Amino acid sequence: MDLVQLQRQLVDYRTSLYHEGFLDEQFTQLQELQDENNPDFVVEVVSLYFEDSERLLNELSKALEQQIIDFKRIDAHVHQLKGSSSSIGAQRVQKLCIVFRNYCEAQNVEGCLKCLQQVKHEYSIVKTKLESMFQLERQILNAGGSVPV
Amino acid sequence: MGGGGGDSSEDTAVELGDEPHVLAVDDNLIDRKLVEKLLKNSSCKVTTAENALRALDYLGLGNETLEGAVSKVNLIITDYCMPGMTGYELLKKIKESSVLKEVPVVIMSSENIPTRISQCLEEGAKMFMLKPLKQSDVKQLKWHLMKCRN
Repeated sequence: MDLVQLQRQLVDYRTSLYHEGFLDEQFTQLQELQDENNPDFVVEVVSLYFEDSERLLNELSKALEQQIIDFKRIDAHVHQLKGSSSSIGAQRVQKLCIVFRNYCEAQNVEGCLKCLQQVKHEYSIVKTKLESMFQLERQILNAGGSVPV
Repeated sequence: MGGGGGDSSEDTAVELGDEPHVLAVDDNLIDRKLVEKLLKNSSCKVTTAENALRALDYLGLGNETLEGAVSKVNLIITDYCMPGMTGYELLKKIKESSVLKEVPVVIMSSENIPTRISQCLEEGAKMFMLKPLKQSDVKQLKWHLMKCRN
């Protein structure tokens, strides 16, 4: 595939992520923060997001396996996940976190368990999509081109 | 926020053209990284702290009061919801300190709760900002900061 095709593919892919609600305008904010001094800013922040989210999802799984469920602790973790998802523009994950917190407040274990599964699912989808997008960007850069904004 | 009346050489008023030094406090790693970049993009020098206690330590408030000490920072921006001491409690501590009470404090929160907002403003917060922060928010913040000094 030539450079122009790659660039077009990236723009289309990125646009679809917004249209399908995976990403929102906050992701655009992130991209606008990137500059020559910090050319890898977006990848760095998103990588941190992946690490932190996986940690939180593990904590949530463990917390929901306990004999006595600590809803306050679970809510604290979900609040964190909601915050960071919001900050990078991972809209679907963020919205599910809001639902999750409602179940926590209602101390509804079934609801929490169901939500956790949904959050894990949405998270893995957005992770895959962002990684694909970053890979496309790398291909463009390797081909000597620049990543379209 | 006063521009004069201090006998310290480095008071809270920043000369135009200087880089304001901002202390950003947030327990969320991603948010810290983001606010740091936003501030740096607005030509601010940034120090981050992951909770209120670390912030107080950095500011020199720890457990002792420091006589004649000066504020290292020109602005403090803090998240509201933090484990242990909240941003609101941090705000109160800062306003109680003779050394730091003139330093403007901005509170950030992901939740738009009017009583929370008025509580913070009444306690002396300069501004309340909704997360996630955008470049335009920080630009506005810096404009207010510069304006207040003059």
